[in-house]
Amino acid sequence: MKILNQILRTGIVTEALPPEVEEEIKSVGAKLEEAIRRRFSRSLTIRQVDAGSCNGCELEIHAINNPIYNCERFGIHFTASPRFADMLLVTGPVTRNMEIALRRTYDSTPTPKLVVAVGDCGCNGGIFGETYASLGGIDKVIPVDVYISGCPPTPIALLHGILKTVEEK
Amino acid sequence: MSILKNAIISALGADAVFDGNNYPASMDFCVVPRGKFVDAAKAMKKIHALLVAEWASDESQLGRGFGVFACYRWGAEYLIVKIELPYDDPIFASITNKFMPAYRFERQMKSLMGVVPVGHPDLRPWIKFEDWPEDAWPLRKSFDASKPMPRVKGEYKFVRAEGEGVYEIPVGPVHAGIIEPGHFRFQAVGEDILNLEERLGYVHKGIEKRFEALSWQEGSRLAGRVSGDTTVAHSLAYCMALESMTGCRVPERAQWLRALFLERERIANHLGDLGAICNDAAFAFMLYQMSRLKEIMLRTNHKLFGHRFMMDRIIPGGVSVDIGPDGRELILSELKKLLKEFNRLVVIYDENSSLEDRVRETGILIPDKARELCAVGIVARASGLNLDCRMQNPFPPYDRIGVNVPVLISGDVHARAWVRVEEVRESIRIIREIINALPSGPISAEAGIPSPDSSGFSAVEGWRGEIVYWLQAGPNSEINRGMVRDPSSVNWLGLEQAVLGNIVPDFPLCNKSFNQSYSGHDL
Repeated sequence: MKILNQILRTGIVTEALPPEVEEEIKSVGAKLEEAIRRRFSRSLTIRQVDAGSCNGCELEIHAINNPIYNCERFGIHFTASPRFADMLLVTGPVTRNMEIALRRTYDSTPTPKLVVAVGDCGCNGGIFGETYASLGGIDKVIPVDVYISGCPPTPIALLHGILKTVEEK
Repeated sequence: MSILKNAIISALGADAVFDGNNYPASMDFCVVPRGKFVDAAKAMKKIHALLVAEWASDESQLGRGFGVFACYRWGAEYLIVKIELPYDDPIFASITNKFMPAYRFERQMKSLMGVVPVGHPDLRPWIKFEDWPEDAWPLRKSFDASKPMPRVKGEYKFVRAEGEGVYEIPVGPVHAGIIEPGHFRFQAVGEDILNLEERLGYVHKGIEKRFEALSWQEGSRLAGRVSGDTTVAHSLAYCMALESMTGCRVPERAQWLRALFLERERIANHLGDLGAICNDAAFAFMLYQMSRLKEIMLRTNHKLFGHRFMMDRIIPGGVSVDIGPDGRELILSELKKLLKEFNRLVVIYDENSSLEDRVRETGILIPDKARELCAVGIVARASGLNLDCRMQNPFPPYDRIGVNVPVLISGDVHARAWVRVEEVRESIRIIREIINALPSGPISAEAGIPSPDSSGFSAVEGWRGEIVYWLQAGPNSEINRGMVRDPSSVNWLGLEQAVLGNIVPDFPLCNKSFNQSYSGHDL
């Protein structure tokens, strides 16, 4: 009972959005929600693929799931299987050792197979360049619809990028 | 005084030559005859030293063959033993029988440099996949890194277990969650794990080779992207190795700010991990609470330092961003709020009996095993090893502020979580002290360029544990070799041991409590 009380008490704090970003999140989110409702019957399912990233972009993709950005309220959620995914959110650079796994993931994804390249490395290979081990940006291996630059892109930039993809493609 | 050096001298006598253009000068560095490599390892084992790293360098442009290096640690002391191999006969005796972590180091050296550890029990390639050409050794100078490699046919032989009721579960490289890629192969009977074999290398980006194409300045940006969650500690380790070679004196204020960044990185990652560990025990409440606290810290970072993870804020010679009185106020008020909420959450963690049931006595890495594997960081401290570079090799301000290092002996998921809890509290204390006594002065100095054929070493306690860099300058003072040893390079071995006898559904929980880096390991 004591624990429940504490959960309840701290739980309320969670729901408060920080005021300085609330506006921004809401405006991006509302547009996103509208677009998702129109195109994907209310829910956009994303499969994230790390094709060779340093894990920096993954931290920010995690962050859009945190209670402050809470992307689920706009109908965005992440799935464990590419077979259920509307969109692949791919971080890079694509390593030689991940190339085949990335292609297979892409092949397993049903249409419309939206692909978003995340981060400077996902866009063009970044500081890792094109070498024996790094093939460069995501578009060297699979077709990309939208690029989100940044090292790593902020959660707001990620939400913007996802919105752009859903709106335009 | 110098225990490691004395042990080498008493074992090898005049065969060990202590000199070389190796920095920092306070650290011992010796060259021994090729045939004495194992003897040196034996001497180190005898005094209970730990193996920190083992690596090779192509020194053909410096007029030599290959250098093979083993770095040992005893308390605060580090010592590097080097042997030289002729270019046309690149073999040496394996030290895997003496030191467990050499098992992967040597496989990696053979795969990427083509130096052969004779007597190694398992010479399957590591990081180099089966479809690489056999003679592709990217770390050799003769290898053209700018060209893509052809794919060849090949097969990787996993360890097999057979018998009635034994079955195999392959997992990855693309995992179910938002995490890095790697492959795990389980052999299980019912729900019990008989064996786990890791297969890593999927995110091999050629980082070590990439260093050789960059300037010393650019190198710190690359180091900051070895493992994005540890960007501060990696760039710091790189910069400290470089600064030791150039004799650069980093201003005091810059050193204190570096420690500030390092501790903020530690807190943010520990908060994230604590939430994620609880989430893998189906206690999602904690994930959301902790990720909210983490987000508060990242926002402060962004506001004060212009980047949520403080990437590229540590540069050769110092730091690139200062903090004003307002920033100091902001951090103090942020920490006050954070600590209060954190403590409240820790009570919930502690009192939740169903959580306790999952995290206690799960995924145990016993202290003997941790020592044998030369584990570092959180994993080591949860298994009875009192290791922390901040305490043993302090740079200012740690020498003044001191660090209370939590050590637990149960080695289970709970211990690894609890070490994080204690470290968050300790880091908050350290940050407060830094803020209150931050010295004035410049925040950077000229880093300089190393002299030809010199090398520099550094060890920094990142949030996962000890990060080691070894940099070598070539004949024209360019980067000849950049060796990176992330804590994950040794701690991944610990996970394989810790899950044995546990049930398969507890693997994610065990894995999360280790939370090792794939990128930092694969390089």
